[in-house]
Formats: sequence, structure tokens, C-alpha cells
Amino acid sequence: MSLILLAEQVLNGLQLGVMLFVMAAGLTLVFGVMGLINLAHGSLFMVGAFAAAAVAAATGSFAFALVAALAAAAAAGALIEVAVIRRLYARDHLDQVLATFALILIFSEGTRWVFGSFPLFLNIPDYLSGPVSLPGGIQYPLYRLFLIAVGVLIACGLFALIAKTRLGIQIRAGENDREMIAALGVDITRLYTIVFALGAGLAGLAGALVGAIQSVQVGMGEPVLILAFVVIVIGGIGSIKGALVGAILVGLTDTLGGVLLPQLFRLFMENSTASAAGSALSSMLIYILMAVVLIWRPTGLFGART
Amino acid sequence: MKLKSLALGCALAALGTSGFADGHGAKVKVGMITTLSGGGAGLGLDVRDGFMLAVKQSGNENIEVVIEDDQRKPDIAVQLADKMIQSEKVDVLTGIIWSNLAMAVVPAAVAQGKFYLSPNAGPSALAGKGCNANYFNVAWQNDNLHEAAGAYANTAGFESSFILAPNYPAGQDALTGYKRQYQGALSGELLTKLGQTDYASEIAQIRASGADSVFFFLPGGMGISFLKQYADSGLDIPVVGPAFSFDQGILQAVGAAALGVINTSQWNKDIDNATNAAFVETFQAEYGRLPSLYASQGFDTANLLLSAMDKASVTDADAFRSALKAAEFDSTRGEFKFNTNNHPIQNIYVREVIQEGDVFTNKIVGTALENHADVYAADCKM
Repeated sequence: MSLILLAEQVLNGLQLGVMLFVMAAGLTLVFGVMGLINLAHGSLFMVGAFAAAAVAAATGSFAFALVAALAAAAAAGALIEVAVIRRLYARDHLDQVLATFALILIFSEGTRWVFGSFPLFLNIPDYLSGPVSLPGGIQYPLYRLFLIAVGVLIACGLFALIAKTRLGIQIRAGENDREMIAALGVDITRLYTIVFALGAGLAGLAGALVGAIQSVQVGMGEPVLILAFVVIVIGGIGSIKGALVGAILVGLTDTLGGVLLPQLFRLFMENSTASAAGSALSSMLIYILMAVVLIWRPTGLFGART
Repeated sequence: MKLKSLALGCALAALGTSGFADGHGAKVKVGMITTLSGGGAGLGLDVRDGFMLAVKQSGNENIEVVIEDDQRKPDIAVQLADKMIQSEKVDVLTGIIWSNLAMAVVPAAVAQGKFYLSPNAGPSALAGKGCNANYFNVAWQNDNLHEAAGAYANTAGFESSFILAPNYPAGQDALTGYKRQYQGALSGELLTKLGQTDYASEIAQIRASGADSVFFFLPGGMGISFLKQYADSGLDIPVVGPAFSFDQGILQAVGAAALGVINTSQWNKDIDNATNAAFVETFQAEYGRLPSLYASQGFDTANLLLSAMDKASVTDADAFRSALKAAEFDSTRGEFKFNTNNHPIQNIYVREVIQEGDVFTNKIVGTALENHADVYAADCKM
């Protein structure tokens, strides 16, 4: 395997990682601050992608589509927080799982009702399409570099938000002691709605960004949701830093494992058996990673020590 | 019920009525189990709409269709089949899209003496040793379109193909099918995750392998993702695949990235016969969209059933079975006949993705395999 191919795969792993981070950041905040397991996070990813596809088809502008995705998913998030989620904070996790699972079904069938059963068209704008040459002779799609850049920007923005702003202080305080910050006069209901909408908006943005190179269809959010849960468990629930490190780890493990394992097996196996065995094992790899991390650090890499 | 319909049949025969269908008088209750929700719903909708269009056009009032959604889940499909057989008392089952669901439902249903007409899934296990006289596949055996892609690769002069498919039974069958016909060397072979949406890593490996062509079987959303990312990667070696990644429901979502791609299918809207022309026109008028190959398969399945109802009563299983086997109906594919294992012997065409106005669609550019039968028929002892 050549060095160029390896470098390209590392870029692919990074790109998958940063997109997973954008998805997982909201999930980990909501879990950390409100103690809520939100299975419907994947549906917000889908809402973003569909909103982007609809707006891109109507206006022809990719930038508008991204803004629309962010706005639509944040609005949908605020709406379900006020209508449904708010009633779940005091309930146990099983009730939350049941209610948010119901939301998945409602969002999926609702989306089908509005947009139909066939996948929608959403494409990369011309100014971001095609490959570029990187140093070392790597041909790499410009759009994927754009995704990495956007992901890094969002990560920086989130760190600044959490570390430097008043809202960030409230979020951190909320993670530590909900009752106390409510007693100090912070409007906790409003804070929860804002955090939920922020997470939802990020999921929607990730949906639109990724939707442009994938298929915009009903049910597209659930596979990503599972990966996002793996990310926040590895990183430690509630930790943005953990979500970033976890996402990059999962992205790199998944991509490089998928490439290297079949090659490794090919050294001592026949070709088709090697690719079957390699791909079977590589699809387990991130879960093995999760298990190893949990054995080593039961609360995740950056989780609160208990 | 049986006595009553026999009596009715005799009475009508005595009166010498002209309508042959009425002459037998037996009502046929059809249970359709298909995927109408979730990510694979487009396929089920097309099969259902094609089937119901044929039923409607026939004007035959002796057919009753019960439709249920299997949500693409084998356990739900099994429950629905039990319910349809035991409480709805259906005579014929049909509709299943996915091979794993077909494997869960079909063997049990035909063992209970029901007829099963497959409008899509054709797993090899049901074509060879596991074949059954009551199981008819109106679409294809799973390997067929991939074999055709392999045959096309030979005529196109491909010498080092890179092949990939998802890691599940139909994906492995696809690679086997392609390799059965393709005579060149392989520069790489990959099994991807089922439901995978990012193919950056696979595309990088294709680029590094120095292949002269790519064969892929990635049905539904997986194919959309692959084609969009492939087009954006700057790789320009030719791609071939079976029709499943290029059906009418998917092409609009792929857009220009699919233009010019070669794919293989047993059906296309430009197959030149009166039945097909009428089908394409009436389907569009009825549902406001172009039919896909799945819709044509649903339409043919219903017409096969209707043709058998014209000739025999479903209460006489042997006569009804022979009437099905005779397959005397006007298919959208032109002439249609069953092999010894009740799977079709048919031409498989080479299609190219083109643009007509704003709509992306396919046109036939050649025939990959003529009167093609599957290899499993030899193992089928009925």
C-alpha cells in the first residue's frame, strides 16, 4: 500500500470524524446538561438534509440551503423540546427512549408525507466540486476538504462558546448542578430550549453537509445516530472535548480499519475470503474500540470521574 | 365456498356465457406483502402501483388484493404472511422485495399449498435445490443482471475490473454473478458494509489499484452515495452495474453524476412492444411519474396471475399451476416464458443513462444476454 493512499485514507478518516463531531456535539450537550437520551437526534439530521434539498431546489443556492438546514433543524428542535422533550427531563431513561423513539417514527413518516418516498436531489455546488491536487500528488475532492474546514470551525466556535460566553458558563454550571443554577436565578427552562435547539441546528447542518455527497432519504439519520452515540460514550458524556477526540478516533478507526484489515488478511488468505473476513471484522472495529476504552476508562476519555 | 363456486361455474357454463373468466367464477384473494415505509419504500410502492394498475385495467372483479407493509423486516413479513394465510385465507401471496424476507416467508407459504409469485426477490436458494412448484419468479434470479454486466464487460473489452458490493447474501451473489461471465482479471474485490453511505475509502482504493473499469452492486441509497462521490473524485474509468442503482426512482437523486453510465436490466421503458408502450403511458397517466423496472415487474406479475385466472380456477391447484407455468400473457418484456425451475428465461439488455428534458432515464443500447436462464435450474427437481 502506497504512502499516498494511506495519506488519502487519513484525510477521509478526519473528514468522517469532524462530521461525526458536529452530529455528536449536540447529543452530548443534551445528555450532559439535561440528562436526556435523545434518539430523535438522527431525525433532526434528516430534517436538515431535506430542508437543504428543498431550498437548494427552489433557489439554486447551496449557501442558502445550509442556512435553511440549520434554521429548520433548530426550529424543529425547539418545537419538540417545548412540546414533548420538556416533559421528559424528570422521567427515567426508559421513558425518554420510548418517547424519542416515537418521535423518530413521527419524523420519518411526516417527512415521507411531505416529500414522498423517493430520495431527493442535493448536490455539491460547482465551486466546491471536483478534485484538487495536494502536495505529494494526492488528488482529493475539494468538497471533503471543505467539510474538514467547516467541522474544525464549528469545533473552535463551540469551544469558544463553552469557555468564553455567559451561555457557556450556564451550560457548564447546568451540567454540574441543575438545582443550584436554577436557585441562582438562571432561567433553566429557557437554557434547556436554547441548548436543545443549538444541538438540533448542528445536527441539521451536518445532515445538509453530508447529504450533498450522499442520499437524501427517509431514515438517513439512524445509522449516523448509532455512530454518534459510540462517539459520546468513548469521549465521555457531556464533554465537548471528548466528543471531538472520540469522533476523530472513530472516524480514523473506521476508515483505516476498513482499508488495512482486508489487506492484512490477504497476506495469509485467498482474496475473496480475505475481503469478506476483513470487512466483517472492520465493521466491528469501532465497537471493539468502545469496549476497550470503557474497560480502561468506564466514564469515557473525558467523562466526569465518579 | 368451493361447492358454491363450482355450482356457479356449472350454471354459467350451462348458460354458455362468453366471458371465460366468469366461466370459472372462482374468486382469487391475493395477499401482497411489500415494503411501503422506511428507506426501501420506493421499490415497494412501484411494485404495488404496477400490480394494481394491471388489476384495474383488467376490470376483473374476481380478484381481491390485501396489501400490507413489511417495513423491510423479516419478522414482520412472517407475521403478515401467517395472518394472511390463516385469517384472511388468501390463495396467492406476492409483493416481497428483499431476498432475506423472501427466504423467511416463501418456503413456509408454499409448504401450506399457497401460490407465491415473486415480483422482485430471486434468491439462489429458491431457484436450485429449494425450488417449489408453487413458487414462480416473474422478475429474475438474483444473479442474472450481474451476469449480464459481466457479459457486457467482455464485449466492452474490460481487462481489469474492480468489483464491489455490500457484505450480505445478495451482495456476494452479485460478485459471483459478475465473475461467472467476466473473463478478464480482477484488480480488486471489496465487500462494503450494508447501508454504508461514505465511499471515499473505496474510491481511493479503486484509484490506487489501476483498474480499467468498476463493477458495483449498491442498491438504493448506497448507489446514490457512491455515484455522487465517484463523480466528484475525478476518477474517469467506466462504471457498470445492474439496474438496481439506476432505476427511475433513484436517477433523479443522483442527477448528472449518472449520465452515460452503463447498466443492465431485463426491462426498460423503450422495449418495443404494444403492451410496454401502453404500460408506460398508462402508468404515467395514473401516478404522474415514469415507471421503474420494479413497476414493470409488479405489472407483469398481476398479468400472469390474471392470465391463469382466465384459464383455471384457483381451487383446482394443479390446473391453476399449469396455467401459471404456461405464462400466456402479454409481458412488458415481450415474449415471456418460465424455465423448469419457474424462473424466467429472458433477454437482458444493456442500458445507458440519458437525459430527456429535465428527467434522467435509461435507453437500451444493446443486448447483453439472449434468452438467458439461471445456472441453478439444473439443481431443481420438481
